[in-house]
Amino acid sequence: MNDAVHPHGGHDHHHDDHHDAHSHGSFGSYMIGFGLSVILTAIPFWLVMSGALHDPQLTGIVIMGFAAVQVVVHMIYFLHMNTRVEGGWSFMAMMLTVVLVVIVLSGSLWVMYHLNANMMPHAQMEMDMGPTQEMRVMQNMSEMP
Amino acid sequence: MSSATATMEPRAYHLPEEPHLHEGHSTMLGFWMYLMSDCLIFAILFATYAVLGGSFAGGPGPKDLFDLPLVALNTAMLLFSSITYGFAMLAMEKNRVSATQGWLFVTLLFGGAFLFIELYEFSHLIHEGAGPWRSAFLSSFFTLVGTHGLHVTFGSVWLITLMVQVARKGLIPANKRRLMCLSMFWHFLDVIWIGVFTFVYLMGVLR
Repeated sequence: MNDAVHPHGGHDHHHDDHHDAHSHGSFGSYMIGFGLSVILTAIPFWLVMSGALHDPQLTGIVIMGFAAVQVVVHMIYFLHMNTRVEGGWSFMAMMLTVVLVVIVLSGSLWVMYHLNANMMPHAQMEMDMGPTQEMRVMQNMSEMP
Repeated sequence: MSSATATMEPRAYHLPEEPHLHEGHSTMLGFWMYLMSDCLIFAILFATYAVLGGSFAGGPGPKDLFDLPLVALNTAMLLFSSITYGFAMLAMEKNRVSATQGWLFVTLLFGGAFLFIELYEFSHLIHEGAGPWRSAFLSSFFTLVGTHGLHVTFGSVWLITLMVQVARKGLIPANKRRLMCLSMFWHFLDVIWIGVFTFVYLMGVLR
């Protein structure tokens, strides 16, 4: 009895579920995603290569904003991510990953910045440094509280 | 009394029957989990680069080394390969084997172009004496960008494998599932590349 039911049930499920559960997007949605990606890629390259903003720090913040928006665009239009795929489990996994990535990145930068700032004057005595690095050390020291 | 016990059903402490889930019903979610773990690998490499990216050891820095027009070309190659893979998926939806194969081949060409440009850049850097051994900055740069390139390489090998599979077996459900997994992998690599060109190349030149 089991043998008779299994292939039948398997077939029915396959054709119904497979096409509804995963949306593949349409030609239009792929083109929208592609167009947005091209714009969101071209602007940062143009900003940096032309130096249009005259302020490296501001340019850095702006291009990071563009990158964040482009990641979201890729997620929605190319990876078809939303809160309903796989009953929301894909989205949950992604949010957990985002939290971990933020912790890893910000934690590493925070800890290592302070470590560098505290170690640098000591390192300066031990190592033979070029003039540019010595200047950077001075900068670091002046930034220290 | 005896008739009452006879009509009462025995309590079941387990499923009377295994649920009939079709083959591969959890593959997409499982593959997504893999991609998320891969994302953590890249997060660690990005963090390493962020920490070591300023340690030049008196050697060349990003401004001396990075060629932004070349990086822009590379980015375009990967973006084109993403949209052509999307077209392959749309053709697959309509069960058009030759169109699917054609778009997959175009994707492979763009992926190959990306790898070619990246290897050219690497060989150029090493030729100039700016190999991964030169400074902590270059070690972390080669590790991060090289790991991404390695992913694209294996993605391309996977793409060729699937083209052979589709040619031999056609667009059977198993092959469609595999193509959907590779689709996620390929688009995921493009997402990682957004981080690479922004944080490594553009921010490097700004610094």
